[in-house]
Amino acid sequence: MSVRDDTHLRNDDQLDAPPASAPPPPPRGIGAWVAFARNIWRQLTSMRVALILLFMLALASLPGALLPQWNLNQAKTATFLINHPTLGPILNRLGFFGVFSSPWYAAIYLALFTSLIGCLVPRTWDFVKALRAKPVPTPRNLFRLPHQAGVAAAGEPEAVAGRIEAGMARWRRTRRSEPAGVLTISAEKGFLREVGNLVFHLSLLGLLAAIAVGKLLGFEGTIVVTEGGGFCSGSPSVYDTFRPGLLVDGTRLAPFCVDVDSFTAEYTDAGQATLFNAAIRYRTGAAAADATGTDGWTARNLQVNDPLRISGERLYLLGHGFTPSFQVTFPNGEVREASQTFQPSDGNLTSEGAVKFLNPPGYTGDEVRQHQLAIVGIFAPTAHSPGGVMTSIAPAPKNPGVAIQLYRGDLGMEDGASQSIFGIDQRQVDNGKLTKLTRANLMVGESMTLDDGTTITFTGYKQWVQLQTSYDPAQGYALIFAITLLTGLMLSLTIKRRRVWYRIKPGPDGGSWVEVGGLARTDQAGYGEEFDSLVDLARDRPPPLAKPGSSR
Amino acid sequence: MAINTTLEALSDNGFGAAAAAYTVALICSAVEFSSRRTAATRSAGREYATVGAPGALLTRDGTPGGVPIVPIAGAQAGIGHIGRVGNEPKIPWGERFGKAGLLVTILGFAAHVFSIVTRGMSAGRMPLGNMYEFTSLICATVIGVWLAVKLRQRALGIGVFVLIPVVLLMYVAGAILHTPAAVLQPALNSYWKWIHVTTISISSGILLFSGVASVLYIVRTRWEVRGARPDSVWAKLPEPATLDRIAYRTAILAFPLFTFAVITGALWAEVAWGRYWNWDPKETCAFITWVIYAGYLHARSTAGWRGTKSAWISVVGFASMMFNLFFVNMVISGLHSYAGLN
Repeated sequence: MSVRDDTHLRNDDQLDAPPASAPPPPPRGIGAWVAFARNIWRQLTSMRVALILLFMLALASLPGALLPQWNLNQAKTATFLINHPTLGPILNRLGFFGVFSSPWYAAIYLALFTSLIGCLVPRTWDFVKALRAKPVPTPRNLFRLPHQAGVAAAGEPEAVAGRIEAGMARWRRTRRSEPAGVLTISAEKGFLREVGNLVFHLSLLGLLAAIAVGKLLGFEGTIVVTEGGGFCSGSPSVYDTFRPGLLVDGTRLAPFCVDVDSFTAEYTDAGQATLFNAAIRYRTGAAAADATGTDGWTARNLQVNDPLRISGERLYLLGHGFTPSFQVTFPNGEVREASQTFQPSDGNLTSEGAVKFLNPPGYTGDEVRQHQLAIVGIFAPTAHSPGGVMTSIAPAPKNPGVAIQLYRGDLGMEDGASQSIFGIDQRQVDNGKLTKLTRANLMVGESMTLDDGTTITFTGYKQWVQLQTSYDPAQGYALIFAITLLTGLMLSLTIKRRRVWYRIKPGPDGGSWVEVGGLARTDQAGYGEEFDSLVDLARDRPPPLAKPGSSR
Repeated sequence: MAINTTLEALSDNGFGAAAAAYTVALICSAVEFSSRRTAATRSAGREYATVGAPGALLTRDGTPGGVPIVPIAGAQAGIGHIGRVGNEPKIPWGERFGKAGLLVTILGFAAHVFSIVTRGMSAGRMPLGNMYEFTSLICATVIGVWLAVKLRQRALGIGVFVLIPVVLLMYVAGAILHTPAAVLQPALNSYWKWIHVTTISISSGILLFSGVASVLYIVRTRWEVRGARPDSVWAKLPEPATLDRIAYRTAILAFPLFTFAVITGALWAEVAWGRYWNWDPKETCAFITWVIYAGYLHARSTAGWRGTKSAWISVVGFASMMFNLFFVNMVISGLHSYAGLN
């Protein structure tokens, strides 16, 4: 699928020549199959099919941009499926919500890359041969070329040829003799264009390989850590979510430990964030493997756009939120502290969540399940409660408050089904096993009391950060291939390819007659003034002053 | 960092002045274009004037049956020699409008650059933090490329078609996208941002220009296919070869720049989002655009795909670029909507 302009590769007379007519008689038996396969291969590696595949690739990518994708936004994709009950499931089965991992997408790009290889291999071979070959002989009639000139030159052909060659230092050239003392010079320039072209296309292959290796050997794990907490990487189970590459079994994660000391967010008066900073400490290698040791900690600020890079693995600050804390005094006088990460639900960080007490003190047996307690509600960093409905009006924790609803009864945690940590199972309320109690808006330090004497105090908050560990062993190679791709592209678009031929005939009185023919094979580049200066080489006097204006 | 509101107001004034100037220039170049003589009739008209038989008229559009503007020989037959033009012919109105339009475009461009620079100074950062700012840069790039091309080819009369999308975008930017200068959110606060967004905007501007040339190429070839009627307004367009060359040369300038911009975007994504490529809608669309332009460059050197087919591919690429700039940002939310943190 590389651009076919074959200046250096073929005899120019064959360019754009129609394929040989009179097809051979159809072969039979195995020969027929070979011919069929060869035909398919030729079709696949033809530029026309490559172009069609290229446009199919663009078209096939389109749903990836227009439809929600599972791997980008699960909630949005699920909503789309609910909103489109007929079309949604069909699209889902066809892979339209996971375009870039769907078999039809893979089929297109694999066919495209096969076509690319099928084109690149012979083309590289041709190029190597052309590099070793001499410039093609001078055509018989130079005046049929797009650029031609004839000039009288002083001196014998030998001297004229020497003069011309002296002015063509940067050209690949060869001198040939024709009968009757005629000399010819064939020269060509611009090989780097084809080099760039080949490098560009080979880089595409390299890039695809680097992406594939990343998909096989890389992984990503995310984890939410509240201030004062930490985690040690080393096993996928540490993470809240873990997305392994196809060949990752999770047993060979590089061990490192991270403690989050504090998190700071700065905002403008208008509430726009200007800085997110997590003060962390980390340690790696043998120090991290020693769980009891206290050595090897390094302090660092982790910020957006400034990941921590530890021996190939990278740690990112991806998100943040609040963890409100409550103190509950149960009827028997026993005091329990609890805090739970809440999930931000809007730009002002109004956060939703639930704190669950599964083993309330003072109860035994079945009574325990009848007296489980849940605090469900919102946390507002800058609380504003017009008419008693609390929302947050700014993301900074200037006036933190909670609006909570209390539930008592069976939270339904024993049936084995998983529950969201940010809410309760509404079915337990509906079937009467969980009783809805009072609700209250509390600022820090304020308390509320339930009917059985339980008091709940909102004691404060901490902040949590969402961290992500990423590992992609091939991303450095992807960068290298991206750079060679760009370099090749620029070479192939800017280098101009030219050919020039001189035929130097002995003239009367010791002079020579020089015919010059030029061919510029580069798309749209033309020869411009360069051809004129090439003609001037044949003259023995200095070239005339530069032509006024641009002839382009 | 505080916002300097004086500079911001100056910047807004500069933007308004640029938008007004481009609008005036659009009208001027529309007059220029509609009164322009076609290449074919221009030479015929010149010949007609020099031959100057008694009673012959130099007509507005160069055809013998057109509206007379200067009676050449008829009025002067008594005082001068037959066949000679007594006075220098006046500069035709179309040409005057063309010159005025070019001058106003240059003034508008200066105001535009001033607006972009003061906007950046007012916020203490590169002026590429939001849709308004980068739409403004795209428009400035289109005008800059147009002026550069015009400098080399003074006779090229496609100003009106270059200015139409620019004026549209300027009004969209000023009326819909405009936001007060502000500091950046942390996700955008990276030096990659400046490299990535500057190159994306400039390459988009150049590709927009290239797209206009390809559209004109299609229109012009269609006019030729349909009989090349000389009285059609499309006869005034430049030769297809010229338009094709402009489209191609600007495309090969923009394509590596766009590639570079996508690569820096990937580098930045690796720093900000944890992965160099996320198939985020914006990235996907940039990939689609890239593939289409790659197809365009290949098609141009493939037998059977040259000419109108290639031009169509370029137009589709241009459309996907515009789609990516506006629709994806404003309708589809993704990582590029900067809704990540907060």
